[in-house]
Amino acid sequence: MKTLVLVEHDNASVKDATLATVAAAAKLGEVHLLVAGSGCGAVAEAVAKIEGVEKVHVADDPAYEHQLAENVAPLAAELMKDHDAFLAPATTTGKNIAPRVAALLDVMQISDILSVEGEKTFTRPIYAGNAIATVESSDLKLVITVRGTAFDKASAEGGSGTVEAVSGSGDAGISSFVGQELAKSERPELTSAKVIVSGGRALKDAATFEEYIMPLADKLGAGVGASRAAVDAGYVPNDYQVGQTGKIVAPEVYFAIGISGAIQHLAGMKDSKTIIAINKDEDAPIFQVADIGLVADLFKAVPELTEKL
Amino acid sequence: MKILVPVKRVIDYNVKPRVKADGSGVDLANVKMSMNPFDEIAVEEAIRIKEAGKAEEIVAVSIGPAKAQETLRTALAMGADRAILVQTDDEVEPLAVAKILKAIYDAEQPGLVILGKQAIDDDSNQTGQMLAALTGRPQGTFANTVELDGESVTVKREIDGGLETVKLTLPAIVTTDLRLNEPRYASLPNIMKAKQKPLDTKSPADYDVDTAPRLKTTNVSEPPVRQAGVKVADVDELVAKIKALGIA
Ligand SMILES: Cc1cc2nc3c(=O)[nH]c(=O)nc-3n(C[C@H](O)[C@H](O)[C@H](O)COP(=O)(O)OP(=O)(O)OC[C@H]3O[C@@H](n4cnc5c(N)ncnc54)[C@H](O)[C@@H]3O)c2cc1C
Ligand SMILES: Nc1ncnc2c1ncn2[C@@H]1O[C@H](COP(=O)(O)O)[C@@H](O)[C@H]1O
Repeated sequence: MKTLVLVEHDNASVKDATLATVAAAAKLGEVHLLVAGSGCGAVAEAVAKIEGVEKVHVADDPAYEHQLAENVAPLAAELMKDHDAFLAPATTTGKNIAPRVAALLDVMQISDILSVEGEKTFTRPIYAGNAIATVESSDLKLVITVRGTAFDKASAEGGSGTVEAVSGSGDAGISSFVGQELAKSERPELTSAKVIVSGGRALKDAATFEEYIMPLADKLGAGVGASRAAVDAGYVPNDYQVGQTGKIVAPEVYFAIGISGAIQHLAGMKDSKTIIAINKDEDAPIFQVADIGLVADLFKAVPELTEKL
Repeated sequence: MKILVPVKRVIDYNVKPRVKADGSGVDLANVKMSMNPFDEIAVEEAIRIKEAGKAEEIVAVSIGPAKAQETLRTALAMGADRAILVQTDDEVEPLAVAKILKAIYDAEQPGLVILGKQAIDDDSNQTGQMLAALTGRPQGTFANTVELDGESVTVKREIDGGLETVKLTLPAIVTTDLRLNEPRYASLPNIMKAKQKPLDTKSPADYDVDTAPRLKTTNVSEPPVRQAGVKVADVDELVAKIKALGIA
């Protein structure tokens, strides 16, 4: 089988999620990559070195600079004439583009796969991860998004793929990029952080969240996450949200502080290796999944913990 | 301008789903069902656009069993003007849903289609993007704010790194994220009024769409259960455990 993996990048560097997607693709067959961007030559060179990559198709065109789905999907669909499976990371970029490719190919996409069970058989979470479905595709081609935390990342080195320029139909002329506000942070990115400290509604407001959560995260070199309630209330930006509809994380250690443990939150973090919960309510559902629980007022416990670590 | 809002009847988000012992699926017998939460946000957004004088009519659509009528009545009670039920007892996959919606789109010619970003049962996150592909229209997925101005719509999107703004030529497809708005509750008088609003019943065959599934679900199982761990008595004990993990 020949696979085509959508490389996620910002025209300068490759996003980590790509590596897990390559690992999933390698289980299906030969790995080809698609780099769609503008001035993205260095990215193409870099990804050619990912372990197992045989070919990199690079479409360098201003129309692809911001990876607008309207422009990238037709390009991917065209390349799919020579490939059997299209795989994208289950990130906001992959989730935006892949279904558009699937519909152009008249294929039913398999979202967020957790494992490859056979040529056309995969497992995927449904109902916020409360059930795992095994699904078998009857389509001639496959379109898949890959949950990054479920696959070991392919090594960024060791491959020697060939780089080939391709051109697509360019700008579809129906959408344009206006701007972006990217959260700048010195902290590790959530989806690849080894340790995550997350705060919930109990943190009261943005200043309190900052005051109690950040020093602990700094001490541990941790990424910072949040529940939906904390994001909705404006304590932290939207990209901190962990959960069914936010980010899926699986760090070595996950701290849930002042988070009740609603199923939608658990869906995003219950594959963490060790879960530590601090909550003043001993019956909070978070304790049903926590490996280590402390029933305490976080406003007392967290500063003390930060101090003693 | 007309706005089309597809709404799906799903398990209520407060219910913990139970996997059937025979691995055939999730047990939905006697389980509370509601409108998919993202679709409530979609209906609310459509109503706000109409209230701002930028749309004349809101058409809600649901593809599902006869009971999906209730979901449509909820949309009507919130403020949609009329509804279309595409009735079927089969499970319809996002690709086929998108094809039915494409047929309705062609017939209704809306300026905007607002969907949820994801149905909380199948967690597919596909239908809006697929509809956009099939109609050849632009897509503003995971919308945090939606602003209409005559010929185009500007959508601020929630992305992994923060927010991104795109401008789309109308007609366009938008999918909602959680923070787009807070949906209203339908008032009792509006619930009563909704009963009089028109609701058409159709079938997938009326739109010439084959809903045979492309994916066969061979098994549905429980995820590995996490065992609850230990409770520590105080911060000192917690510190010791954390040190044992080797992260501090
Ligand atoms: C469609 C949909 C999608 C959703 N997606 C997500 C998602 O992706 N991620 C997500 O997180 N949620 C999601 N939710 C929301 C989810 O259902 C919960 O509402 C949310 O997770 C609750 O956040 P919380 O635990 O911070 O708040 P709460 O449930 O209010 O819990 C606060 C906790 O803090 C504790 N507490 C209070 N004060 C203190 C103190 N001083 N010290 C210690 N503990 C204290 C309380 O005991 C309580 O357990 C979604 C909901 C819907 C409907
Ligand atoms: N059966 C359906 N009837 C109406 N709308 C649907 C249906 N299935 C999906 N949708 C719409 O598509 C969105 C995304 O669903 P999904 O792609 O299944 O995650 C939902 O939030 C709805 O707006």
